Amino acid sequence: MVNLALYWAEEYQQEYPDARISVTGGGSGTGITAMISNTVDIANASRAIKPEEREQALVNGVEPVEHVVARDAIAVIVNPENPVRQLTLQQVSDIYAGKFENWKELGGDDRPIVRLSRETNSGTHVYFLESVIRLGNKDNKTLFSRNTLLLPSSEGIIAEVRDNPNAIGYDGLGYVTPDVRVVAISQGAANDYIMPSVKTVNENLYPIARDLYMYTNGEPQGLIAEYLNWIHSPAGQQIVEELGFVPVD
Amino acid sequence: MSANKLKFSEKIITRGIQFSGLSSIVFVLMILYFLVAQGLPVLSEVPLRDLFSTRWYPIEGYYGILPLILGSLVVTVGASLVAVPMGVLTAIYIAEIAPGWAKEILKPLVELLAGLPSVVLGFLGILILSPFLRDTLHLPTGLTALTGALLLGMIAVPTIVSISEDALNNVPETYRTGSLALGVTRWQTIWGVTVPAARSGILTAIMLGVGRTIGETMTVMMVTGNAPVMPDSFRVLFMPIRTMTATIASEMGEVAAGSLHYSMLFFIAVVLFLFTLAVNIAASKISSRQLKRSERILS
Repeated sequence: MVNLALYWAEEYQQEYPDARISVTGGGSGTGITAMISNTVDIANASRAIKPEEREQALVNGVEPVEHVVARDAIAVIVNPENPVRQLTLQQVSDIYAGKFENWKELGGDDRPIVRLSRETNSGTHVYFLESVIRLGNKDNKTLFSRNTLLLPSSEGIIAEVRDNPNAIGYDGLGYVTPDVRVVAISQGAANDYIMPSVKTVNENLYPIARDLYMYTNGEPQGLIAEYLNWIHSPAGQQIVEELGFVPVD
Repeated sequence: MSANKLKFSEKIITRGIQFSGLSSIVFVLMILYFLVAQGLPVLSEVPLRDLFSTRWYPIEGYYGILPLILGSLVVTVGASLVAVPMGVLTAIYIAEIAPGWAKEILKPLVELLAGLPSVVLGFLGILILSPFLRDTLHLPTGLTALTGALLLGMIAVPTIVSISEDALNNVPETYRTGSLALGVTRWQTIWGVTVPAARSGILTAIMLGVGRTIGETMTVMMVTGNAPVMPDSFRVLFMPIRTMTATIASEMGEVAAGSLHYSMLFFIAVVLFLFTLAVNIAASKISSRQLKRSERILS
């Protein structure tokens, strides 16, 4: 969500030239770690803070307060040459767990499947593991197949999917470019296959969607409170929509 | 008075040189201490059997470093297979065969290659080399150990070329003239006399070149796919792998300081340190042997 945070900061500074906001990327773990060690005012995260992280923060005298600032849909993407247009959640899970090795098992061409993922420090990675591969089941201990490629950036995933007809990847809807194909996803074989969009996410139809958070130390005060209010305002949420994320309420 | 002054300034200079010399030792020792202090707790917390298991997935507590060590070795060996013949042959060409004008073009070009930032090389790897390898070799993906090895070879070549070339230039001219006077061809002179005479220098060059590839991070992180697969056969060269350096670089930003995962990354750094240390010791063993050789020649 670093793109979103950067756009917000830029827009806000243009509207209020006195404000100074600096944004650093690196993944949700990075942001929350920085929050725990109290080196930032706001930590952006695409996953909720873990209980042990909250505990560690409290030990350091930091009390993380959660704000949902936008929603995000994770799009499953393939190369435009790939004839596979739709998958069930279970199929996506099986692909990443390594149960399928060839696209023809899924009604595609006779090609090996190359799985792409973000690195383990990305909130998207953890979300995908818990909600898609393990289908939200806490006792499920399935892992990413060993030969899943872990790429350091969203752009790396888009580039490989665009060039490689064997590849499957996942990425925030906001990062997806028109030169890759987004796959329609269904909750189960009996349900409708849904394309991710602002509309389908807000209507809770698209199954792979999540909240995006900002954490502050205690209830936001002064400048930070003003900034968060602005983010929730129509101007702030307009940016959410422009970047392909989903506005909250 | 002036003699006294001279003595005084000389003392300062000596001390200054002494300090610079010792400081590098102190820095290395401090780095080593820091790595070991942060990394060793791992040994008491993770059983050795888990440590040398084959699964690396730290966010769920799988701390097997075997695939990472082997991943680094595969890329390094692959890079050496590319860089050693290419580097040594280039050095021979520049030192022994090339006419003066070609020498003057080639040497700066090789040095320019040495100055190429590794992130630029990685970028070229993603955009050009990886799609090319995927299409020509019909691989599932172009982000493989081979891609990393080829690019790392490019990083090691300049080191190997410039040090080997120095070694070849240090071979006394009389060796060559003597050999040619015996009616031996130019090729036989190079292969039978000049190269063997410069052998220790060339071996040092190879070791230093290999040392560079083990520690290289950015390029491998961009082009090898970073999948912690356990290398099991020759085929692994054509599959994605994950190196120790890429693991440290991509995971260090995220871990909570003091956690087991954090210590684990330092432990990997210790292993990496031991590898480079071994290569450097081998290199200095070889070059000290060279010294004895030249002493023998002089006597």
